Amino acid sequence: MSAIEETVTEAAAVEAVPKKAMTLGYGTSLAVLVLLIAVPLLVKNFIIFQLTMLLIYAVAVLALNILTGGSGQFSLGQSAFYAVGAYTSAILMEHGGINYALTLPVAGVICFGFGFLFGQPALRLSGVYLALATFALATAMPQLLKLGAFEYWTGGVQGLVVTKPDAPFGLPMSQDMWLYYFTLAISLAIYIFSVNLLRSRSGRAFMAIRDNEIAASAMGIDVALYKTLAFGVSAGITGVAGGLGAIAVQFVAPDSYTIALAISLFLGMVVGGVGWLPGSIVGSAFIIFVPNIAEGISKGLSGAVFGVLLFLVIFLVPHGARQGAIVVQHLIGKLRGN
Amino acid sequence: MTATINKIAIASAAALAVLAASSSGALAQKKYDTGATDTEIKIGNIMPYSGPASAYGVIGKTEAAYFKKINDAGGINGRKINFISYDDGYSPPKTVEQARKLVESDEVLFVFNSLGTPPNSAIQKYMNSKKVPQLFVATGATKWNDPKNFPWTMGWQPNYQSEAQIYAKYILKNKPDAKIAVLYQNDDYGKDYLKGLKDGLGAKAASMIVAEESYETTEPSIDNHLVKLKATGADIFVDITTPKFAAQAIKKLSEIEWKPLHFLNNVAASVGSVIKPAGFENAQGIISAAYLKDVSDPQWANDPGMKEFLAFMAKDFPEGDKNDASVIVGYGVTQTLIQVLKQCGDNLTRENVMKQAASLKDFRTEMLLPGIKINTSATDFAPISQLQLQRFKGEKWELFGDVVSGDVGG
Repeated sequence: MSAIEETVTEAAAVEAVPKKAMTLGYGTSLAVLVLLIAVPLLVKNFIIFQLTMLLIYAVAVLALNILTGGSGQFSLGQSAFYAVGAYTSAILMEHGGINYALTLPVAGVICFGFGFLFGQPALRLSGVYLALATFALATAMPQLLKLGAFEYWTGGVQGLVVTKPDAPFGLPMSQDMWLYYFTLAISLAIYIFSVNLLRSRSGRAFMAIRDNEIAASAMGIDVALYKTLAFGVSAGITGVAGGLGAIAVQFVAPDSYTIALAISLFLGMVVGGVGWLPGSIVGSAFIIFVPNIAEGISKGLSGAVFGVLLFLVIFLVPHGARQGAIVVQHLIGKLRGN
Repeated sequence: MTATINKIAIASAAALAVLAASSSGALAQKKYDTGATDTEIKIGNIMPYSGPASAYGVIGKTEAAYFKKINDAGGINGRKINFISYDDGYSPPKTVEQARKLVESDEVLFVFNSLGTPPNSAIQKYMNSKKVPQLFVATGATKWNDPKNFPWTMGWQPNYQSEAQIYAKYILKNKPDAKIAVLYQNDDYGKDYLKGLKDGLGAKAASMIVAEESYETTEPSIDNHLVKLKATGADIFVDITTPKFAAQAIKKLSEIEWKPLHFLNNVAASVGSVIKPAGFENAQGIISAAYLKDVSDPQWANDPGMKEFLAFMAKDFPEGDKNDASVIVGYGVTQTLIQVLKQCGDNLTRENVMKQAASLKDFRTEMLLPGIKINTSATDFAPISQLQLQRFKGEKWELFGDVVSGDVGG
């Protein structure tokens, strides 16, 4: 291995996070959950829609967090997996007439397969090289979706309109509210699954690979298998998020899944704190709400304002929301001590 | 017993009817939906101020400048326009979020001139289910003229298919034995044009079109496509490209000495931003179709409509580029909207806004070519459906033939 390659991989390595620090305590988790359940009862449908998108992007950021924070691999291609999930759900619903809830596992499985296969060549790459390979995937995806060969299914450049589901069993709630709780239930299931995954044998294998690949393989971990597995799991979860996104937005089109989305998700992960799963929701909030705030400050310079805000975050809390949470924890501990 | 109840019911119904009649009489002049009051009309708008299509963001800025001018002059029927314009970065999920924000949080009366085919497709179903007008969308796709299925959505500019059909008609009439080569942009806009051309040629399309090439907007140059097309020996070239590529094509054609009859789509017919950079000598004889006056074309120098536009640019929108065709679109579409709002009078319900938008009769904004008029009806949601053919000669376009209309439904 050349010296240059070594430095590159080293620079890209993720700071080790002990597994206990990857989650919140039970009390805090419950408080957040109660908040997530209660808020929609008090706000307008538009806000509920935004909160639904918040959860969906949080799931996608979480998926990236498992890959990067867990197994130490980079991906700028999450938008491709998100797109595949979205299109799978949309095509099954509109062409196949299949119930929206049933399309999500299909989207997850297809994306898992896709991610697992993509993980095979990616094995030979690491650090920035892997990031570039996934970047290529993200750039190619919108054009693949436009291909004439698939046009009957994908709707080509015009995209596909998806029908929004009504609340089942005649429940007296709006479509938006139902979709929010539906999304919340799925996000919660995925969160619990992810936390358990990272605490399991496989999760320890991911982290061992992240911390030192050679040491991991010396311990008997099948590095190739676990690396591709991490890709598969991450892509599968992203696919479910994509499917949910398609249902919530009611529309899929190639322009929705450009490289900008992949970069947003990456940004969300960094802002939330790499390797800290609860940070995903904070990161998601950042990528949804901060552009709106930036636009409110200056329409012509919204991009620049967003850049300044991002810079401030990275400068002040380089470890993202995790750092914020630790500070708060210390403060509470001090107050209790007094 | 039941008889008494019936009598009471009838009596009270009659009383209610009288009451309703008298109250509606008193309120006949003023009727409002969410977003309109005695002093204000709230109008929503969504533009790509950032992202890949940000060049079009200037349309929103022109509109804001025009509404400001209207407000400074006292507003429309005494009401000020509150123009709320959001950025969607040309990303459909963001468009949905912004549209919902406008409708549910800002509570606008309607959404006006939202830009782009994918973004508008994303919100069309939502707007129609909410019964909020999606008025004069800024895209030339053909599907916006569909009042039966989407009675709350209306386009403005001539749609791409109508324009392509006009070229097809001309080709069939003047060069029925031609071999046609087509170059188009690989997206909804390019494909819409191509469909219009094929529909217009009808049964002869398959035999006349000898080559179709598509390019991606990300390609730096389209030279190789042109060389390929030349090799087919076609004698008509239909050029469905955006300004940057159109300028390349005009130049390259003369370099490789291919001299077909060149049809250039209206999207790229600007003298200032396409023909001049490509060289006047290379552009002689190109045929195009137009509906707006071109600022850089000297024949309009003394035209009153043009003078009014230039005065607006100088006084109210000095930071805008008057040679940018998007600015003229923004100017014209805003004038059309103001006509609609004037027609609405004091009945500012969403239903009436659509009704008035669908009853424009021979309306003209003076930046339209002479003879082109805006007409709509309950079954015709395509405001501008006329164009005129033009041929490039010397340093300007020369209009020829009559104003042609080509209504195509979505």
